[in-house]
Formats: sequence, structure tokens, C-alpha cells
Amino acid sequence: MSDLKKIRDEFISKLEGKIDLSEINQIRSDLFGKNGIVSSQFKKIGTIVESERKKFASDLNIIKGELQDLINSKINELEKFEINKKLEKEKVDITLPERPFIRGKIHPVSQTIDEISSIFSEIGFSVEEGPDVENEYNNFTALNTPDNHPARDMHDTFYLDEKKQKLLRTHTSPVQIRTMLKDKPPFKIIAPGRTYRSDSDQTHAPMFHQVEGLHIDKNINMGHLKGCLNYFIKEFFEVDKIKMRFRPSHFPFTEPSAEVDIGYEIKDGKIIIGEGNQWLEILGCGMVHPNVLKNVKVDPTKFQGYAFGIGIDRLAMLKYGINDLRAFFDCDYRWLNHFGFDPLDVPTNYRGLSR
Amino acid sequence: MKITFDWLKDHLKTNLKEKNLLEQLTNIGLEVESVESLSADNELFKVAKIIKTEKHPNADRLKVCDVNVGQKDLKKVVCGAANAKEGLITIYAPPGAIIPKTKTKLVVAKIRGITSYGMLCSESELNLSDESDGIIELSKKYEKKIGKSYFSKSKSNLIDLSITPNRPDCLGVRGIARDLAASGFGKLVNFKEEKIKSKIKQNLKVKINKEKDQGCTAFGSCLITNVKNTESPQWLKDKLISIGQKSISAIVDITNYVMLDINRPLHAYDADKIEKGIIVRNSNSGEEFEALDNKNYKLEKGMCVISDNKGVLGLGGIIGGTRSGTEFDTKNILLESAYFQPRSIRNTAKKLNIDTDAKFRFERGIDPLSIEAGLKKAALLIKEICGGEISKIDIQKIETYKTKTIYFDINLFEKISGFKISIKEMIKILEDLGFKCKKQKKYLNLLIPSWRPDISQEIDIVEELVRITGYDKIKILDPIKERNKPTLNQTQKLFHFLQRAIASKGYLEAITWSFTDSNYNNHFKETNKEIKIINPISSELGVLRNSIFSNLIMYISKNLHRGFKDLSLFEIGPVFTGSNPGEQSTVVCGLSAGKKSRLSWIDKERNVDVFDVKKDVVQTFIEAGYNSKEFFIDNKTPNYYHPGKSGRIFLSKNKNQVAAYFGEIHPNILKKIDIKTESLVGFEIFLDNLKISKKTLNDQKTNYEVSDYQKSERDFAFIVNKNVSSQDLINAISHIDQNLISNIKVFDVYEGDNIPENQKSIAINVTIQSFEKTLNDGDLEKINKLIIQTVENKTGAKIRV
Repeated sequence: MSDLKKIRDEFISKLEGKIDLSEINQIRSDLFGKNGIVSSQFKKIGTIVESERKKFASDLNIIKGELQDLINSKINELEKFEINKKLEKEKVDITLPERPFIRGKIHPVSQTIDEISSIFSEIGFSVEEGPDVENEYNNFTALNTPDNHPARDMHDTFYLDEKKQKLLRTHTSPVQIRTMLKDKPPFKIIAPGRTYRSDSDQTHAPMFHQVEGLHIDKNINMGHLKGCLNYFIKEFFEVDKIKMRFRPSHFPFTEPSAEVDIGYEIKDGKIIIGEGNQWLEILGCGMVHPNVLKNVKVDPTKFQGYAFGIGIDRLAMLKYGINDLRAFFDCDYRWLNHFGFDPLDVPTNYRGLSR
Repeated sequence: MKITFDWLKDHLKTNLKEKNLLEQLTNIGLEVESVESLSADNELFKVAKIIKTEKHPNADRLKVCDVNVGQKDLKKVVCGAANAKEGLITIYAPPGAIIPKTKTKLVVAKIRGITSYGMLCSESELNLSDESDGIIELSKKYEKKIGKSYFSKSKSNLIDLSITPNRPDCLGVRGIARDLAASGFGKLVNFKEEKIKSKIKQNLKVKINKEKDQGCTAFGSCLITNVKNTESPQWLKDKLISIGQKSISAIVDITNYVMLDINRPLHAYDADKIEKGIIVRNSNSGEEFEALDNKNYKLEKGMCVISDNKGVLGLGGIIGGTRSGTEFDTKNILLESAYFQPRSIRNTAKKLNIDTDAKFRFERGIDPLSIEAGLKKAALLIKEICGGEISKIDIQKIETYKTKTIYFDINLFEKISGFKISIKEMIKILEDLGFKCKKQKKYLNLLIPSWRPDISQEIDIVEELVRITGYDKIKILDPIKERNKPTLNQTQKLFHFLQRAIASKGYLEAITWSFTDSNYNNHFKETNKEIKIINPISSELGVLRNSIFSNLIMYISKNLHRGFKDLSLFEIGPVFTGSNPGEQSTVVCGLSAGKKSRLSWIDKERNVDVFDVKKDVVQTFIEAGYNSKEFFIDNKTPNYYHPGKSGRIFLSKNKNQVAAYFGEIHPNILKKIDIKTESLVGFEIFLDNLKISKKTLNDQKTNYEVSDYQKSERDFAFIVNKNVSSQDLINAISHIDQNLISNIKVFDVYEGDNIPENQKSIAINVTIQSFEKTLNDGDLEKINKLIIQTVENKTGAKIRV
């Protein structure tokens, strides 16, 4: 017994002293190697008198267990210490900058178009497109604006030929014509896109964006038009209430025609939509003129409906507090960065239009 | 159209206030553009006389004037007008006055060291005309008014209305009054029909030539003899001044007044200057005349002219000529009141680029039945003010006006407007607007007033009724949230996806003009033809873009000038191949300039290069759902790319249509455009060339197959001729056994030491994995050999040992 206890005490004191990993491994092999101290004690079991053999064996196992545990825990402890030492050495200045990254942005006009599409999608409109270069017929004549109509003066048109047959579309309305010629009623479309007028100053750009709307079916009346626009404006500006005013106006392709104003006020230099006593014109609309329907072979006694045209850039300016229209197309890196949207910010119905 | 409430009250009996008027005008579609309060400020503008002028000691062009403004002391005013001279009677604005044109408030100010107390005004500064050359010169008759207010003491504000082109009748005060009365805003004043009792014949012969496209269909006239043209009486002057017009002489003022009041343009000729008679005819090519705007016009064939034996007197309905104009000494007047065809007026005015008040009205359509009323009203006023004798009225016409009729279905109103009004109400509105109504069962038989050229069919009647009833009566019918058709089609979805995919790779989206500078465009147009805009905004925006690069590179350059060094911009939009509708395609175009990781403490900085843009393009295609294994890439690119550092991508091996180009921009272009950057790379993705897969993403998802058997990776290094592309090697390997070879990666390319000249070493890592079993050494060895053999055979490569 005393032998075993001696072994135990000796090694425990060794192990509990200051010791490194290689010394521990040495001790392990001294004890448990092939000819190790503990191993040789096991070999001795057979030679022990039978009356003491059982106890010897049991004591030996206990000591073995005890020493092994101690060795393992010592190793763990040391390894942990070593790792911590290593980690301490690896420490970096975490305030150093991250690896460089660049961030792209979506132009506010594109974002606004997506917002508009999302809103009209909810109430069943689908998106149509038309070419930027139009013929005179689709842009004017088919839209009940014959040659020499004074209304043509309101559109300063870019022409591509001397005969003035080809032009850059002055509005998105020719998409109405193309859509109705292509398909059969009912029609329920919006058509966002580029439009052009040879007009350039602080508040006009030679290119701008419009979205056209067209809803033709049986019995679509001015109440539906008002309802649709009321819904759109509320959704777009993300407000519960909107002040909206329909004013009689004139467009050759709609009859009756209206211009729509929304109420606003300026509070602390910021424009608040939907309140106040000021009016801001934001779109033109009306009931599609029977002449237009006849031009596209739709029977105006059976089908009727409304159309509208909204300036997209203007809406974006209002919603996002942009003052200068020209800046939209000036590609200033700083401006694009500031007013642009993260590409992950896709306007959706369920998540909302904007953050 | 400028009006005042006071003038309106000549035609409208109402107790309502101006505030209500402004609202009501807008409500019935006569949009109020602006309201200028003339009353308070305008009294400040005084008639004044320059007593003395001296050259400004410190400025050559300025004068220091001593001005009599009716007070004891003369005012010192610094003035820059060339016509400022001693004795001139003009208009003086004191400090505190607000100049109508600029809306600036005058203050006592030192001008080059001399204190100026107020200002002497030009016509343009007072919004009286566009005349800005010099200060106003008033006649001697104003001498006794020195110190008095120039403008009348009208308390009425100047209301500027934006009249839509369909409403010529509202280009006269009476038309506006009629609309207001119909809407319940007061009562229209009815005047007694005026009569001219005359025994004198109109003995100046008028003839309208019957010829093709004759622009004049009726010509009414009368002579007024022995008049004494004079200054207008105060009431007439006040009237014109109240709406910002200038008084000229009684005769001119009267014709202007009648035009503004009842929308009936007139013209007064000095009858003694007309040779024999009036002939209304089409002009001959090359005919010339001097118009009242003091410009000489050379006419084309077929313009409607008023002429006499000697030649052209004036352009009918547009502008008169100097030869027959009235002066203060005019004795005998021929007064013209005619009807000119809108189309003819418009053609002529457009060709000659003339805009006058008469032209503006005739091209929109004047009441053809107002010829006589206009002549009477003006002739009687002339007689009253200038004396003389009025002749009988002579009206020549080659067409007779027929009253238009409409058979109006009463139900149409509710069908279009969505609300109801009573038939009684309808009839009342229409009658107030001048219609004659007769109810016939469910219909109204309507006679259209002659002053409404805009009304020709039933829908026009609906508009009148809704407009006058009020758009606020239209109900709001909330839309139903239901969708029967997808919002976007596949191409539109792809557009949307590519736009955001490119942005997510660090590019800022730009929107630039669809037109561009031909100098820039020429660098990128290749074989496309130049598409010129006939009337561009400026020569730098003279052509439609054949490529987005032209604009994008210009804006990259501008931003580099702003001091940015590393920039990525992209645009998605149209490029044009021809000037016909549809000759355009949608392109996603990006440019990246400068360096990656500039001044980074951790990453090595390097120039952006062709493989950066290649990554952006390829990654975008893969994200959009195209299979990269199908891609085919070669180096045939347009000339604006670096010939050795650019490529094109096809999405399938059959190389149908180019999906994209990418690469470095040709250094020559950078030099010509003078762009200063370390590197400029770009790409163009051709949206319309991308095949829209019939398979949806969902279809592809169901195709989930993976192998759980062990995979092995083997590395190979081949030595191959320099002109062999790595893609050839990859293709060779991938074709061996698509079931076993699951991935191929080029991990090193090397030229130089140990490699023969004109050759290179390409190191490839191949992943081999079976769907059926774990491959044993024998299997792997077999495929190794096959890889080496195939590559060597197909590409002439040698395995490097």
C-alpha cells in the first residue's frame, strides 16, 4: 500500500508544481508507458497474495484514475493557457478600417417608377411600354391633336426629319394608342418612360419622365378616375389623408379633362403633402375622348374610361425633397450617392414602399 | 389673358368678392395663373420730367438726372438709359416702389458713388411691353400731370388667366363673364343692340378672291371719314393700363379694347393710303411688306394677304402693314372685321414666326358671327371720341356660317360623370352658356353658340355640364384590389433585375439624356448611322445616342474633374439604331474608373481591370438565372474597346446574339476625350438579346440532384501555345464526362522562365465526383489519363511534368 501511496503523492506533487506540457507528457509516459511505473504495478498484481490482491488492484485503479484525471486537467489547463497566450499575441487594432467596399445605388427616378408600379399593381394595372421615337400620328393625330392644332404648341417637339413625321415622344400617351391597337378591351395599363420636349431651364429638362395610365372598360366613369388617383396619391405619399382638387382643363385626347392639385404646406422648410392651403398641380387626366377610341377601333358607345399622365420626376422631387430637376440628369457622384436608393430597397406591397 | 374684376363687372352683375371670383374661375376651368396687386403700389409710379442731365463722373454710360416729380425739390436719379435727356416726360418710381417686372423693392442706393433716389422706368420694367430700350417717353400732354400717379386708381387686381386653347371665347372679357354667370357667379349684363344709322355707302371696294385654300371667308368693313385721331380719354387709357397695356392713340386703343372686351380682333387702315380697293388673296412667292412691328417680311406663296393695287397691306388676321397704318393725322379710316381660317393663320404665323394678339385669337377660332357687332362697337366709339361719319357696313363673304347642332343623349351625362343632375339644371346651364335647347324625350336638341368652335359632339356637352356643375361633385369610387394579369412581363422583370443586380455590384445608377454630343457619339457609333435631331436644344445634344457610353464617359470625366478618382456609374436605357419607331434597344451600360482598394492599409491597391467588369457581367447573368456552363466568350469586340483586353459573351454555345461586351475602353478614346484616370473599364449588356427562358426559376428548382459520394480533386499543368485560350482547355475537359467532372478551375497562368517562348502554362484544378459510387484509384487514374489525352489532342497542349 505504502508503495502505491508513495507513487501517488510523489507524482501529484510533481503535477501540481510549475510544469510545462513536455514535462507532463514525460510524466505520463513515466507512469503509463509500457514500462511505466503504474503499468509495472499492474503487472505485479499476479504476484500479490490473494488476500491482498483485490484491494491492491482496486487501490491501483483509483490511483491510476486520479493521476490520469490530474494529467488531463493539467493538459487542458496548459493548452488553454497556451491558446490564450497565442490569442493575446494575435490581437489586432479592431478600430482599423474594414476591407474597402463600394456601394451602388438606384436612381430616385427608377425607385419612383418601381413605387408607382407597385401601387398600381395592387389595383390590377399592368405595365406597358412604347418606343422613345414615335411617329407624328401616334404622338398627336391619333390622340385627337391634328396638325395645326394649337395644342401642339404646348409641346415643344424634337423632330428627327424635316417633314416632321418622326419625333421624340412628347408624352407617354402614344403608348395608349399602341396598346389599344395591339389588344382588345378592356385595358388597364400604366406606361412609365422617358419623354422629351425642347425646353430647357431651371424647371424644365429636355428629357423627363411620365407615367401614363389607361383604364378602358364598360361603364368606367369619372368617379372611378377620381377614386383611382385618390388611392394612388395616398399610397405614393404614404399618408392616410390627402387633399385633392380636380380642376377642369383641356387636353385634346380626353374629354372631360382635369388637372389635379394636391394640398400642401411648408413647415420648417419642409413640404408637407396632404395638409395646408396651398395647391400643387401634379397631373393631368380625363375621360378618353371618343375620337381617340375611334382611332384605335374601339367602339366608344360600348367602351369608355379614363387616362392620366403624371410627371414622375416631379413626384420624386416632392416625395424625396429634391429641389432641382436638372440635377436628376447631371450624374454628380455626390448627388447620386445622396439621393440614390440601395438596390435591396425594392418597393413592395408587403414591406412598404420606402423605409 | 389678363383681366380685372372691374372690367368683368362691365359684363357681370355680382355682389361676390374677388376672393370668390378667383376660386370660381379655377373651378370652371379658367385657371388663375397669378394675381398681381396693382392698386397699392402702382400709385407710387409718378409722371415726372427730367429737368437736367449730367454725365456720371464715374461711369460713361450713366447719367445723373434732376427730376421734377411734382414736389418742391428735384430728385436726383442715376439713369443708364440712352434716351434720358432734358425735357423728357417719363415715369418715376420712388424708393419703396416694387418694380412689376423684377418684383424688387427700390431703395435709396449709391450707384458708383452718387446717391440715387428712385428710378426712371422702361416699359418692360413696368410690364407694359417688352420694350426695354430706354425709358418711357410720354407725350407733352402729360406735362400737366407731373407728380400725379401714372396708373389709374383702380382697386382691381390684375388677374392673369391661363386660357386653354379650346376656349377662344374666353379670350374676351365677355366670354369669361358668360361662363361665370352660367356657374351661378352673378348675372350676365345684356346690352341693347347698337345701331348705326348711315346713308353713306362704303365705297371702297372689297373683294375676296375665290381661290384654293383662301384663308379668309368673310370680310366686313366700314369707313369712318373726317375723324380726328387723338389721345384716348382717361377711362379708355385706364382700362388698357389696368391690364398692363399701353395707350397709343384713340383709334388703336379702341380696336384693342373691342378685341379684349368681346374677343373681336379688328384692324384700322388709313383709308387714304389704300390704292383703289381691297383684295383679299393668296400671296405670291417673294412678295414683301413692312409690318407694324417695323420688320420686313418676305412672303411665301399662298399666305392670306390683304392687298390693294400697289401690293400687300397686311397679313390677314396676323399683322397690319406700315404703309396703311393709322397715325395721329389720319383723316379717314377703313375698319376691318373679318373671319380668317385658324389653319391658314397658323401656317403663316409659324412660317414667318410672328406672334400677335390677333393671330393668337384667330388661330383658336373667332366667333364668325361677331363681324358686325365688332364693327358697330368700334365705329361708334371712334365717332364718339374722334368724331367723323360712319358709313354703312359692307360684308363680303365666300362662305356662310351654319349653326352647328347636337342631338344630346341626356343619359350620357351620368354615364360619363358618374353622378346625376336634373334635366332642368342641364337646360339652365346650357342656355346660360348660349345654347338653344329643345327637349325631345330622352334627348336635347341643341344649337351651338357660334363662339364655341370647340363644341362638336355629345361628349363636349358632358364636359360643359360637369365643368359648370363643379368637378367637386364627382364621387370618389375606390378602386378594387384585384389583379387579373401579371404586372410585369418577363422582359420587364429582367430589366428590373439587371438594374438592381448591377447596382448591387457597386455601380451608381445614372440617367442621362437619350441624345448626346455627336463628337462623343462618333467614338462609339461604329457602323450605325448618325441620327440627327432637326431642332436640338444645343449642338452638344444634337444626335440620338448610338451607345450609352458617349454620355456615361462624359459624366465620368466630369466627376473625375470634381476630384473623385474611383467611380462606377451605370445606366439602363435606350440606344438608337435608326430614326424609325422601334429602331432602338435597351442596354445596361457601365463604366468603372480608377483603382480598387486605393489607399487601403490592408488590401493591395490595383487598377480596375477587364476581369473586374467580366466578373460583374458574368455574375449578373448567373444571378439572372443563366447557366454559366453554356456561356461562350471570345475577343471580338467593337473598336472602342482595347483590342487585347475585351471580350464578348454569348449565353449559349450556338452564339446567336451577343449578350454583352466588356473590357477596357480603347486608350485612343481616353486620349481624345482627355480623361485622366489610371484605368477605365466598361460593359454593355444587351437586354433585348437575352433569351427569356421559358423555364421559370421554379422549374429549375425542382431539378435538385446532388452526389454524396466522395469527390477528388486533381491538378494539371499544361504548356500550350499562347494563342490557345483557357476556355478551349476547359471545354475540352468538360466534354469528357459531364457526369464525372463536376468542376473545373483555372488556378494559375504563367509565362516566362522555364516556359518556351510563345507558350504559356495553364494550371487547372478538376473536381471529379460520381453520382453512382465512390471512385477507386483505378477509376481516377483512367479519367486522369483521359483528361491529359483529350486536352493534348484537342488543343496541342503538353502536360507539364
